[in-house]
Amino acid sequence: MVVSILHRATGTALSVAGLAVLTWWLFATSSGPEAYATFTKAAVSPLGLIVLIGLTWSFFQHLLSGVRHLVMDTGRAFELGINKTFAILTIVGSVLLTAALWIYLLGVAK
Amino acid sequence: MSVGDSSTPLGKVRGLGSAQHGGEHWLTERVTSIALLLLGTWLVASLLLLPKLDQRTLIEWLHAPSGAIPMALLIVIAFKHALDGMKVFVDDYVHEPGNNFVVNTLLLFLAVSGGAIALYALARIAFGAVA
Repeated sequence: MVVSILHRATGTALSVAGLAVLTWWLFATSSGPEAYATFTKAAVSPLGLIVLIGLTWSFFQHLLSGVRHLVMDTGRAFELGINKTFAILTIVGSVLLTAALWIYLLGVAK
Repeated sequence: MSVGDSSTPLGKVRGLGSAQHGGEHWLTERVTSIALLLLGTWLVASLLLLPKLDQRTLIEWLHAPSGAIPMALLIVIAFKHALDGMKVFVDDYVHEPGNNFVVNTLLLFLAVSGGAIALYALARIAFGAVA
């Protein structure tokens, strides 16, 4: 139930904010140093980092619950125990992957 | 559609079923999701493997075919998948046919415009318009 709602919420976040950031990032990269500096300044601001970390978590959560949906589309993993374990694993996995990625990114940046 | 005593049983149920193309939409969502599983992993891995994330490095990365082609695929498929997903959302919550049409049309325009902007920026980098 929670994972199903999260799939929709993260999908919407990625569709709106994720694609907006991707498009802005590509456009800034193609537009010259000032535009790129404006993007990176926004990206490393406190609000920017919250948005980027949120989008990273949304990406991993949506990816993992998407895999869960694909498995369930084949008729598997409907047994209550397996289903619940799988759902919890998507959340554990997305949090761990997000933490690992940002610890690495912020570690390299310093 | 007339629903009087003179209507035939077929006449009463006509137009109440699915629009006959739900299966294709459902399958497209799955196929694009598998593609994005690969392309999304590629994007994250690429960003982690790039030596720096400054503008020059990004331009070199997206100027090469090995960067530009997967990125072009990612843009097109991500916008398509987002549009398909948002349509499910809209169809679940916006029931009145007129409003549903307006919101879905607006989403279509937004997705196509966004995709065009992203592809334009990528093309400029890929084809060397950005030094």
